Amino acid sequence: MSLTADEVKNIAYLARIQIDASDSENYAKDLSSILDFVAQMNAVDTENVPPMAHPLDLPQRLRPDEVTEENQRELFQSIAPAVEAGLYLVPKVIE
Amino acid sequence: MHDKTLSELAAGLKQREFSSQELTRHFLDRIARHNETLNAFVTVTEEHAMAAAQAADARLSGGDGGPLTGIPLAQKDIFCTLGIKTSCGSKMLDNFPAPYDATVVAKLKDAGTVLLGKLNMDEFAMGSSNETSYYGTVKNPWRLDCVPGGSSGGSAAAVAAGLTPAATGTDTGGSIRQPAAFCGITGLKPTYGRVSRWGMIAFASSLDQGGPMARSAEDCALMLGAMAGFDEKDSTSVNQPVPDYTATLNQDLAGLKVGLPKEFFEGELDSGVAQALEQAIAEYKKMGVAFKEISLPNIGLSVPAYYVIAPSECSSNLARYDGVRYGYRCQDPKDLEDLYLRTRGEGFGAEVKRRILIGTYALSAGYYDAYYLKAQKIRRLIADDFKRALEEVDVLLGPTTPTPAFGIGEKTGDPIAMYLSDIFTIAVNLAGLPGMSLPVGFADGKPVGMQLIGNYFDEARLLNVAHRYQQATDWHRRLPEQFA
Repeated sequence: MSLTADEVKNIAYLARIQIDASDSENYAKDLSSILDFVAQMNAVDTENVPPMAHPLDLPQRLRPDEVTEENQRELFQSIAPAVEAGLYLVPKVIE
Repeated sequence: MHDKTLSELAAGLKQREFSSQELTRHFLDRIARHNETLNAFVTVTEEHAMAAAQAADARLSGGDGGPLTGIPLAQKDIFCTLGIKTSCGSKMLDNFPAPYDATVVAKLKDAGTVLLGKLNMDEFAMGSSNETSYYGTVKNPWRLDCVPGGSSGGSAAAVAAGLTPAATGTDTGGSIRQPAAFCGITGLKPTYGRVSRWGMIAFASSLDQGGPMARSAEDCALMLGAMAGFDEKDSTSVNQPVPDYTATLNQDLAGLKVGLPKEFFEGELDSGVAQALEQAIAEYKKMGVAFKEISLPNIGLSVPAYYVIAPSECSSNLARYDGVRYGYRCQDPKDLEDLYLRTRGEGFGAEVKRRILIGTYALSAGYYDAYYLKAQKIRRLIADDFKRALEEVDVLLGPTTPTPAFGIGEKTGDPIAMYLSDIFTIAVNLAGLPGMSLPVGFADGKPVGMQLIGNYFDEARLLNVAHRYQQATDWHRRLPEQFA
């Protein structure tokens, strides 16, 4: 399995990570070698094997839908890059 | 005092041979003297430490101290610490003072321990050598030109050099056991669900597990007792009572059945590692332990399956770093998309980006079945191999790593070669089993680690098997000459 620099650019966009054009060849090379390496899995027939999603095969624990947390907006926003009037600021989205 | 074990230090505190403040000062002085050489600490919390030590001394003089009251220790910088920088080894969180304590941090605080500081690690725990840290490589105290292992490399180096009596680590594919082996200390990765993951920054949530790193199995038993237990805040935490891990340390090993997975002893096992293992096996035979060769036929597929599962989960977990609510944000974003793209492009290092990209690809439309689902099926085969083996024997024993510590820079150009240094540890995470590493000698002047793997929630047995070996040998008491 070999990825091109263009494919890497697309994947990076899906992940919202900017990659310099000069680096995309290197990433293409590294990712291709990792994909070749994991292709070893294909040698095994897993047709009737149930996938293992949880190491202990335990069901997800449920809890009642009740408020358990206190509002800590000021504490949490004190470490934000930009806030105003209790809101997180981002560049303008709607003109 | 830095050559003593936790229980020896605790006894010294109880008998007033020294105070917690004196003990804490001793370790802070050692950090000041040696950290420039080792780069093990990212943050030293001197003021916090001295205040906590003073409070511990008050408790001790009132006679109400527990087994860890007044003991200094350090946290891997992946655990959130209220008001203290929690970087996870990344530029992305270089400006992040956590707004709360992780459950593990709170539990160790409640036990009366004193936090010396936060330990260096591979960025977001992705690495096997500590070379992916934003804060630079940690040095191996036994050989300064070698890596300490990773991702808990700062924890392993700090314990090995006597800069802290014990530390926490986390293990997603070997990140406690491999650095413990490379630095000649003892480390335990508990069963998945045994120690709360709440406030432990997520890498691959179905594999991540926190655990203790210390000089001896007895120290790990003391630490694990304080760290383990059910936590409502972690949806994968398992509600099972925590046994007194120190109570069973001395149990007789006569009649114990230990399996030697033949796949661990084939291939390119370093001859010095093989020799040290042989001697350890001979030591156990003297104690009446019975050995049996067993097979884990699918173990060879564990690294390929891991490098689909872990990156997939990481690509999802690390989506939260968006430059909006906390952490790094790029300068002057021109629009929201530019904010995301550049914040993440500038805030993450190369290995983290590689893994997010692999995971994004593996989970993308049309590829999910071929990669993620396939890997989850292989994972089942690997877990079943262990299940069968542990029906025949009580514990599995083998090397922790195929070689002792490698040189700094030796594997940074080849991601696959780096990944393969975790070939013996990764399968244990895929299965969710407990595993530990303890020192069993030296090869070429570098420590050799032996790995013990047990059944689900059988940490007490692993600690018992490790402790009996450490009663008969003194590898775990050795200190690197430069830091003695």
